[in-house]
Amino acid sequence: MTVFRYDKTFEGLLSALFDAYVRRTFPDQLIGPGEPAPLFTHEMYEVMTRTDAAERVWKGLEKKLGRRVCHQLTHVWLSEQAGGDELLMRYMHKAFDAPQSIAGDFTDDDVLQVKKIAQKVAKEKERLIQFVRFQKAGDGSYFAPVSPLYNVLPLSIGYFTDRFADQRWLLYDTKRRYGYYYDLQRAMEITLEHDEALLKGWLSEEMQAEDEKIFQERWQSYFRAVTIRERLNPKLHRQLMPRRFWQYLPEKR
Amino acid sequence: MKDSIREKLEILAESAKYDVSCASSGTSRKHREGHVGSAHGWGICHSFTEDGRCVSLLKIMLTNYCIYDCAYCINRRSNDIRRATFTVSELVELTVEFYRRNYIEGLFLSSGVIRNPDYTMERMVRIVKQLREVERFNGYIHMKSIPGASRELVAKAGRYADRLSVNLEIAKEENLKRLAPEKDHASVFKPMSYIAQGFLESAEERRHLRHAPRFAPAGQSTQMIVGATDETDREILSLSSALYTRPSMKRVYYSGYIPVNGYDQRLPAKQPPLIREHRLYQADWLMRFYGFRSDEIVDDTDPNLDLEVDPKLAWALRHPECFPVDVNRADYELILRVPGIGVKSAQLIVTSRRYHSITASTLRKMGVVMKRAQYFLLCRELPPQTVGELNPLIVRQRLINPPKNKKQEGLRTQLTFTFPD
Ligand code: SF4
Repeated sequence: MTVFRYDKTFEGLLSALFDAYVRRTFPDQLIGPGEPAPLFTHEMYEVMTRTDAAERVWKGLEKKLGRRVCHQLTHVWLSEQAGGDELLMRYMHKAFDAPQSIAGDFTDDDVLQVKKIAQKVAKEKERLIQFVRFQKAGDGSYFAPVSPLYNVLPLSIGYFTDRFADQRWLLYDTKRRYGYYYDLQRAMEITLEHDEALLKGWLSEEMQAEDEKIFQERWQSYFRAVTIRERLNPKLHRQLMPRRFWQYLPEKR
Repeated sequence: MKDSIREKLEILAESAKYDVSCASSGTSRKHREGHVGSAHGWGICHSFTEDGRCVSLLKIMLTNYCIYDCAYCINRRSNDIRRATFTVSELVELTVEFYRRNYIEGLFLSSGVIRNPDYTMERMVRIVKQLREVERFNGYIHMKSIPGASRELVAKAGRYADRLSVNLEIAKEENLKRLAPEKDHASVFKPMSYIAQGFLESAEERRHLRHAPRFAPAGQSTQMIVGATDETDREILSLSSALYTRPSMKRVYYSGYIPVNGYDQRLPAKQPPLIREHRLYQADWLMRFYGFRSDEIVDDTDPNLDLEVDPKLAWALRHPECFPVDVNRADYELILRVPGIGVKSAQLIVTSRRYHSITASTLRKMGVVMKRAQYFLLCRELPPQTVGELNPLIVRQRLINPPKNKKQEGLRTQLTFTFPD
């Protein structure tokens, strides 16, 4: 079995494909730094991540498959699912080898898988957008903690910069410990050395804007008032608004 | 300290909640320099109530005082309930602050009638105007138009709102008059046609002048209460389908009657089964996205929807002669008519079959519900038994009472065998 070791970045994966074409051997398995090689390895190749190679591969894919399908591939990558990289590797390999775009051929298992995972990730992105709740901080900026199932924060930034263009905000993924800060001009990816205060998810009273608590309470009241008690349906409720989001929703506190 | 705005919010949300139309769809608007927010094509639900409804807009009444006495309404003047009225600035502030926190997509404003329809509309317009012109609010606004409002005020409202709606409430006029003596169909249809006109005129103007003002770009919607009066589903759906032919009419909502005024003798004491409302929405969906006509769904022989099976399956069972449909050859429209195949899987089928012929296992992977679909389609394998061979009644029975436990299931597969994988 042929094994490629790469740095577990998206660029690394694209570089791996580039090298595979140069070497004319394609990996049966991909492993990350420090991962032990599987037992039956008879060939092991170490991939060097190279931006120029990655870019060439990506451009080629865009030409072959179109923007929309490439977008799906990014989604699959961000799903962080085990074996997702190998799926992408197989998919891209097939895509380059096929004379026409393979994107519509859902009789191929890999094509269907890519579509399905991409759909799940897109759904999680939608949910993130739905259930983000900003808290206003004392300095007038807004803070929202998130911890989505897949790494979808980067996919949702467009929505936030568009909608909340005239307020400064910080979206912080408490699970992956990074976030985006928007300074009225652009959103920048950030990691913080001391993020302990943010990991709790709720700004302390000293950090909150003066009226923050009032609006959270009003929102809670509103939420309670619009419920039609004759028709309670907790199962449907949980299906539409999965439990994992509740921790950061004022109305479910 | 008591928060008086919070109290008003409770009262006026409580009063507005029975209106079911909450979608915020139909307008896409990017952020504009110096403005707050954007609108997002399809409606985003930011929360869900514990009864499972989408919370997209701040759905609120300006006031729940009302001079009318509609039998089905909690706010009717003869009810002794807590009443409140928002000031313009209170409601504007709430909307903006909620919006900035990503709680909502925008505002859904309705109101009880104070003094007269126009007086009420005028007060409502003041709020949306302040939101747009002073606060530069760029989010979504849905405004109810009060039945009987004048053309001038409807025109003003349309300048600021994304969507306007006038609720029809009761499908047959004589029933409406009986329950809401101050209203008739003319008071509803007139504002509806003002909206349609404004919508068309603005669309026309914008064709020539890109910056001509928009008029309710997300069109209008309406709502009917189901089960408070004796209308059949056929009467309701044929009215909906007539409404959908009008320009600008985007959605008809169905609201299962909830007995909020149990004391009123003109109303049934019990609420209709929730499933009826659900079936109406399914039927509505079939008319809008599946190319069904209302008279295919319900007709003189079956004027009411089958509560046990969904309307698409019901149609298929009434028309065994249309099946089986060959998924490798049939037109998209026909594939869409197969129970167990939705819009998404139908699209997957027609794109994929250009590459390879479709088998049962591909269908399953594409999300087709084979348990239903197997009786109605043909793919590469031969179907075990189609609805025509089996007889619709048997298929119906099988689909309504699926085998409960493993043992029975084993038995059934032995007898009928389903598609091989
Ligand atoms: S006019 Fe509207 S608020 Fe007033 S009683 Fe009738 S339905 Fe209720």
